[in-house]
Amino acid sequence: MRPLLSVQGVSKRYGAHIGCADVSFDLYPGEVMGIVGESGSGKSTLLNCMAGHIAPDAGKVIFDTRADGPKDTVTMSEAQRRMLSRTDWAFVHQHARDGLRMGVSAGGNVGERLMAVGERHYGDIRGKATDWLERVEIDATRVDDRPTTFSGGMQQRLQIARNLVTGPRLVFMDEPTGGLDVSVQARLLDLLRGLVRDMGLSAIIVTHDLAVVRLLADRLMVMKSGRVVEAGLTDQVLDDPQHAYSQLLVSSVLQV
Amino acid sequence: MTEYNFAYLDEQTKRMIRRAILKGLAIPGYQVPFASREMPMPYGWGTGGVQVSAALLTPDDTFKVIDQGADDTTNAVSIRSFFERTAGVATTTATSEASVIQTRHRIPEDALTENQILVYQVPIPEPLRFLEPRESETRKMHSLEEYGLMHVKLYEDISRHGHIATSYAYPVKVEGRYVMDPSPIPKFDNPKLGNMAAIQLFGAGREQRIYALPPYTQVVSLDFEDHPFEASKADHPCGLCDATDSYLDEVIIDDQGGRMFVCSDTDYCTARQAAGHKGKDAA
Amino acid sequence: MYVAVKGGERAIESAHAWLAEERRGDTNIAELSLPQIREQLKLAVDRVMAEGSLYDPDLAALAIKQSRGDLIEAIFLIRAYRTTLPRFGASRPVDTGAMDCDRRISATFKDLPGGQVLGPTFDYTHRLLDFKLAAESEVPDAPTREVSSGAVPHVTEFLNQEELIESAPHDDTPPPDLTREPLEMPADRALRLQALTRADEGFTLGLAYSTQRGYGRNHAFVGELRIGAVTVEMDIPELGFAVEIGEVTLTECETVNQFTGSKSEPPQFTRGYGLVFGQSERKAISMALVDRALRWEELGEDYVGAPAQDTEFVLYHADNIQATGFLEHIKLPHYVDFQSELELVRKLRREAGEEQFQEAAE
Repeated sequence: MRPLLSVQGVSKRYGAHIGCADVSFDLYPGEVMGIVGESGSGKSTLLNCMAGHIAPDAGKVIFDTRADGPKDTVTMSEAQRRMLSRTDWAFVHQHARDGLRMGVSAGGNVGERLMAVGERHYGDIRGKATDWLERVEIDATRVDDRPTTFSGGMQQRLQIARNLVTGPRLVFMDEPTGGLDVSVQARLLDLLRGLVRDMGLSAIIVTHDLAVVRLLADRLMVMKSGRVVEAGLTDQVLDDPQHAYSQLLVSSVLQV
Repeated sequence: MTEYNFAYLDEQTKRMIRRAILKGLAIPGYQVPFASREMPMPYGWGTGGVQVSAALLTPDDTFKVIDQGADDTTNAVSIRSFFERTAGVATTTATSEASVIQTRHRIPEDALTENQILVYQVPIPEPLRFLEPRESETRKMHSLEEYGLMHVKLYEDISRHGHIATSYAYPVKVEGRYVMDPSPIPKFDNPKLGNMAAIQLFGAGREQRIYALPPYTQVVSLDFEDHPFEASKADHPCGLCDATDSYLDEVIIDDQGGRMFVCSDTDYCTARQAAGHKGKDAA
Repeated sequence: MYVAVKGGERAIESAHAWLAEERRGDTNIAELSLPQIREQLKLAVDRVMAEGSLYDPDLAALAIKQSRGDLIEAIFLIRAYRTTLPRFGASRPVDTGAMDCDRRISATFKDLPGGQVLGPTFDYTHRLLDFKLAAESEVPDAPTREVSSGAVPHVTEFLNQEELIESAPHDDTPPPDLTREPLEMPADRALRLQALTRADEGFTLGLAYSTQRGYGRNHAFVGELRIGAVTVEMDIPELGFAVEIGEVTLTECETVNQFTGSKSEPPQFTRGYGLVFGQSERKAISMALVDRALRWEELGEDYVGAPAQDTEFVLYHADNIQATGFLEHIKLPHYVDFQSELELVRKLRREAGEEQFQEAAE
């Protein structure tokens, strides 16, 4: 099987400071990869390099495109990259505000990606938006309400609906449960797990919360100071961490 | 008037503007940046249109200026007299006699010909401006054809009002590529933009942009399949010439709020009256 | 019986005649002469030259007279006139180090070579109305003293010797020309400074003030403010050398700004720069503060979302001629657009009414 995403030697520096250094891994279709580490470990830099938000200094991010097969997204034109990011890719931000249009109704938020790829039937767009609201457990009567009137958990679920409506093949998630109450987190994780399973999504999830990766990720990478210090199957890494830093990370969670 | 060059602008500047016009004609609907000059009338009062006209006019031209469809509105009078003074060209109020027509907010009712050029005054050339205030971002959206946001706006209109609530400056797509602001013409005029025999040039002075529609260009008003674009106008005949196919102004005629509807295109209305058409409010 | 409005032309002519009459005012009062405006309203003349981008005190005085003292209108007249002037070439960069200073102060050093020169400033006047001026009295001569003429070094050069301030290396790249090329983003510093020097004084002041109050704060000190005349030289190709073609009065402000250093740069002071035609220190200082705020990106600082950091926001809204034209154009007739809005609102209201009626019936 061909990897959906192949990251090869990606590095990014900020002046003398290392963002991430020489990161390589493959992600296969239907697989969920978790990236964990404390803040400043480079996991968000890596995610943004992969998603095309920042340009890495070195390395390749090869995505298996529908039309042309594997292509390096770092060197492709911005037009192609932006096209990917509104069709085959999705990006769930930690703060729903960064991923939503707060002045646009819930239906408009979900419908935007459909319209961006050329859907021009109002009734169909609205129908799909309403369906998706229900799939993320938002009452369909809220379709014309703005996200400003939603709770934090609802906003996050709306952001997920907005991202998944076009059936992306790869979802990037940046601390998707960060900033939410514990009970709200649990519900969101449950929802995400269901969606990942039902849609056969491939995803890369950056988080500092080991509970999130335990529940969602098939494989895990542990990052420290911009480098991957350990990688493997999620259960393996969490239950029998080899690297001292991974051990520390796991034990600090267990103490809580 | 000898202190100024023909049609006010110096030849170098005119050449620069002509280059922008030609580029605009070559890429229909694309906004070409140009080094707009400070004109002796304020920004926002037609400086873009005036610069385009100045670059076009030759001594043989016949020039017509309309504002809100009328030749006699103050700003139309002011621009017409500016070119009478600085270019000495013949002027007219008859649409059919003009070779260059500068307009603000209307397209004449009579179909234009291949021998005519229509110059629009444009306040805000960027159709995405009120969705995205940043010029650097909107230019990128155009170059990457990212127009989803434009339809989000229309979607929001329908979800809130049941209709697309844009009644003028209604955005269009040109030859399937660029989304363009047609200047604040009422959407009633939008169907005339497409497939027009005359050259259409759009000048935005303050925003330093020129764009163009060559003759017979495909221009489509944005809409949804199940909420198609509708060119609307007041549902009355003209009170003076009885026309039922022209855009109408509403005029309040007494203290009791009595009103009548008359053609906004004064030349069209006058010609119809001269041909014997008579509306219910005509003398 | 309704008759379409005619007579726009006559209305305009009559309005102009009335305006001319109002401009003159009471004919029993002596008329203002241009030399009076040029000499006695010098700061107004300076502002019109600065924001009109044309150094000509007599024309500026005429514009002020013609505009009845409305300075933005006067700036507009100068700008429109400037458009029609042929361009013979560009002068050499003026050397403000060789300025014949009327005023030169530094807030960062108590004393320094060249000395502190207060010059003709309002700074320490008590703002009490001087009723003697109402009586049109002659003023006594101001005391004078001998000064050693010659170049006065810039204060920032002293800091530069110790490398305490960012270096500003000499650069011979011809700057872009805002009046000949469309303003396009991203704008480099030369273009930003060009836009700021002719920006509206009030807008620039407001932005600069906002940085002081925390919207993009950058801790500015006036390293130096100097006002005086500099000579303008131009290369004449036919002669093969530069000749002096005149003299202009400029106000120059260099700010010294706190800077803690970034990942790539050691801690050092940074610079903001303002240069304006005539005597206009409020504008020059404001310009320096805004210039410094706009430099956040090249200095690796954070964008905190402050208006003064936003290049597009600042440059696209700083020009008072663009702003006043667009603002005032909304008094032009808009009845075509308004009519289409009117019909839309009627339609929406009608439908809303029908819905309510139906609900009531149900």
